[in-house]
Amino acid sequence: MGESLVCDICGKLATVHLTQIINNQIQKVDLCEECAQQKGVTDPEGFSLADFMAKNIEATAGPDAVAGSSLVCPSCGCTPRDFKRTGRLGCPECYEAFDSLIKPMLKNMHRGDHHTGKVPHELLHRVGLRKAINRLQDQLAHAVEQEKYEDAARYRDELDQLKSQSQPEPPAR
Amino acid sequence: MTIKPLLDANAELTSGGAPGEPIVMSSRIRLARNLDGRAFPGWAKKAQRREILSACEKAVAQLPQMQNGTVLRLDDLSELERQVLVERHLISRELSQGEPSAGVIISRDQACSIMINEEDHLRIQVLRTGHGFDDIWKVIEAIDNRLETLLDFAFTAQLGYLTACPTNLGTGMRASVMLHLPGLVMANHMEKVIRAVNQMGMVVRGLFGEGSDATGSIFQISNQQTLGESEQEIIARLEHEAIGSIIEQEKNARALLLESKPEKIRDKIGRAYGILQNGHLLSSAEAMSHLSLLRLGIDCGFIAESWRGPIDRLLIEMQPGHIQLAAHESIESDMRDTARARLLREETRRIPPLDFET
Ligand SMILES: [Zn+2]
Ligand SMILES: [Zn+2]
Repeated sequence: MGESLVCDICGKLATVHLTQIINNQIQKVDLCEECAQQKGVTDPEGFSLADFMAKNIEATAGPDAVAGSSLVCPSCGCTPRDFKRTGRLGCPECYEAFDSLIKPMLKNMHRGDHHTGKVPHELLHRVGLRKAINRLQDQLAHAVEQEKYEDAARYRDELDQLKSQSQPEPPAR
Repeated sequence: MTIKPLLDANAELTSGGAPGEPIVMSSRIRLARNLDGRAFPGWAKKAQRREILSACEKAVAQLPQMQNGTVLRLDDLSELERQVLVERHLISRELSQGEPSAGVIISRDQACSIMINEEDHLRIQVLRTGHGFDDIWKVIEAIDNRLETLLDFAFTAQLGYLTACPTNLGTGMRASVMLHLPGLVMANHMEKVIRAVNQMGMVVRGLFGEGSDATGSIFQISNQQTLGESEQEIIARLEHEAIGSIIEQEKNARALLLESKPEKIRDKIGRAYGILQNGHLLSSAEAMSHLSLLRLGIDCGFIAESWRGPIDRLLIEMQPGHIQLAAHESIESDMRDTARARLLREETRRIPPLDFET
């Protein structure tokens, strides 16, 4: 307070002083009017001091977690280094690929490390059904190929039953 | 102008909703949802973003809650139009900042908006004036339930809804209220309050300059954690541990100030009234601060309750984007201050002289 403050982004005279608490620490940021406008500090929803701070995975997952990691998400190609740089993951599968990195972070970040909230039952049922159908179709094809026609007939019956429960393909896929 | 009809319509925040309340200005819930098997928007390639946008738009178009809503693609909007949508809390700053293939669908009453290709594929938000999460939750849950039948959301039993940033994981829910806390600001208690709230795993956002009151003493309180508790538990804790206690403390701070320094409070409110009615150059920070004091004047009984709606509307409409849009062009900062002062003179002229006798 009282010292002449310069904008943390561009170095011009700062006229906006912002204080937020991030992870139990009070963080102060000084901004000029232009940068404040640009960063949207007048819009509380749009602004997070976290964006100003280097994303620090090492603090929770150990110093070698990023540097020594050869992890790559098989689905999207994202790496822990990308995650650290942007603070964002590449795709839903990244959670499985980086499980060892993310798990320890969750304990500090949240009230627990597993979900106890809303469950999309319809969705799980639909997706489960689709997977079961795909599996049966593979088994059916395999059985036909092997000329095991009794098995094939059984798979076909099961398949017909599942398909009758299933809805048309969702429009998003 | 693409968003013109939106601005002219009755909107939840500016005229359509119930009048706000003392202290609690508005409440909001947002849910983050993503499509399974697709890269998150920040990582997705251009073509993927386009596909996601049209898949999500198609699904949202089927929601009964969004019938007769407005579908906007950010690519089609000018920078000024985007800014106005941010100022009206209809889109986030992040969405406005220009990644391609971003969109928003805004319900007819403008209480609900669904952003596409923000940080997550879908950001569903429902916002209402005043205090209360029950109705908001009912509305947003119904929307989410319907979308779940149309889109394959990324969800696992262990981690819940999967989000681009692990800070939103689990419920993907952020519940928040906008609180007007001039008493705590004047009593210099905000830092203490923020600390206490943070101890509960809640976040307080807002500007508070050194001594000056640059943000109109308006703060947003929200949950920080999204995993490990159910939506109802998060809301209940936010409600009972944080919001309830802050409202109580704000009331106490006001009572104390009115008892110990009644002249100081009346002087502040009286000056704000005078400046708004007679000023010719007003920055948005100054206007915000004076309007905030008039709002306090209503709570103190100096100004009739019927002025709460108009003052809350002015808090939105005096922001830079709105001033420029009203001027039909992009104007320099000092010209904006002139235009803002003119708007505020015209709008506050009809407020009767303050009644300090009550
Ligand atoms: Zn700057
Ligand atoms: Zn991935």
